[in-house]
Amino acid sequence: MTLYAVQKFLYELNRTPSLQTAYSNNRHAVLEPYDLTEEEQEALVAPDIGKLFHIGVNGQILMHFAAFHHIEWQDYLQRMRDGIATYGPVREGVYAMTTGIDEVVVAHNEAGGGSS
Amino acid sequence: MSLVFAGVCSHAPGITGRAHMADPEVRDRFYESFHQMSRDLHAAQPDALVIIAAEHFANFFMNNMPSFAIGMADTYEGPIEDPGWLGIQRRQVRGNRDISQRFIAEVMNSTDIAYAEEWKFDHGIMVPLHFLTPDYDIPVIPVNVNCQGPPLAPLHRAWAFGEAMRRACDALPERIAIIGTGGISHWPATPDSGKINKAWDHEFMRLWCANDKDALLNAEKYNDLQVYSDAGQGGFEIRTFITVAAAAGGAKGTVHFCEPIPIFAVSCTVATYDLA
Ligand SMILES: [Fe+2]
Repeated sequence: MTLYAVQKFLYELNRTPSLQTAYSNNRHAVLEPYDLTEEEQEALVAPDIGKLFHIGVNGQILMHFAAFHHIEWQDYLQRMRDGIATYGPVREGVYAMTTGIDEVVVAHNEAGGGSS
Repeated sequence: MSLVFAGVCSHAPGITGRAHMADPEVRDRFYESFHQMSRDLHAAQPDALVIIAAEHFANFFMNNMPSFAIGMADTYEGPIEDPGWLGIQRRQVRGNRDISQRFIAEVMNSTDIAYAEEWKFDHGIMVPLHFLTPDYDIPVIPVNVNCQGPPLAPLHRAWAFGEAMRRACDALPERIAIIGTGGISHWPATPDSGKINKAWDHEFMRLWCANDKDALLNAEKYNDLQVYSDAGQGGFEIRTFITVAAAAGGAKGTVHFCEPIPIFAVSCTVATYDLA
């Protein structure tokens, strides 16, 4: 149930500008009503994108949470990769990692680099 | 009147949001294909554009997740994403509550759906509209298919939904266009983003063009487990393409563009059916 609560929070945050403002002002207070474990709460507040990906947060909502924290795209991908390296494979859900830990899927400058 | 235009296109947020990071040569040919689709869409003079996108947790969540939903409002807003991140300004988008309501009522004759009088558009609709109706001059009827949170409606239900929408088009006096949006194979918003199964994409689009119902609904090839393995979790979005195939009622299609642009995370695709 708790992964559900993490995702429910992110879903509501992503679509509610007033909640985004409130969260920017006081992260802990906004998270209070959600049924979260300490691990989840810490991962959200940090934010630890790699941990959130590892516990199974759906990428469609996680990528907006990363953008909310001004984490740029390649950094977002790297943080998920680092999360897998640090914490292990994704625990549940359909958003996982199938490529190798150090695999470069898209070069930083695609025009000059390859892809797999 | 009837269905006057049917096609599919990609909707990945990178198409607008990460435009500067793509190979300009391929990107610009893809954009031109999108612009041609826009000209063809306008030439068909539709009174409304039914745009079938895939759920990305913008409007619905697992507390109450419809397999199929249709919007029923005079105005919508989007994008839900940060406008700077997506590269599309937030705005109101015109709908048509009256046409929506009659369209929904006809669909309900054969398919159970949810309707929604509020709808925040995400990249699944905003990215295609950015190219197809840059002046937002055609009223939109948004449609959502759950391709995100399993269990997902099986493909034959997506087909039945497409047929129901076609019957609704045929029953309404207005001229209706239908466009399905989504990826084919892709692993979006994961560390695998940019991985693309080009051969799988081309095979799927070949079947889509042939409008080969049995092959598109092949339970061995396109069951969710197999699709997940071959085409990633983004591959579940073939439901939107299959819905359009069914709505096209046996028409044959043409792929105008289908090439991988890894920083956009998909084989960028533009294809239409010949309804004549
Ligand atoms: Fe999508």
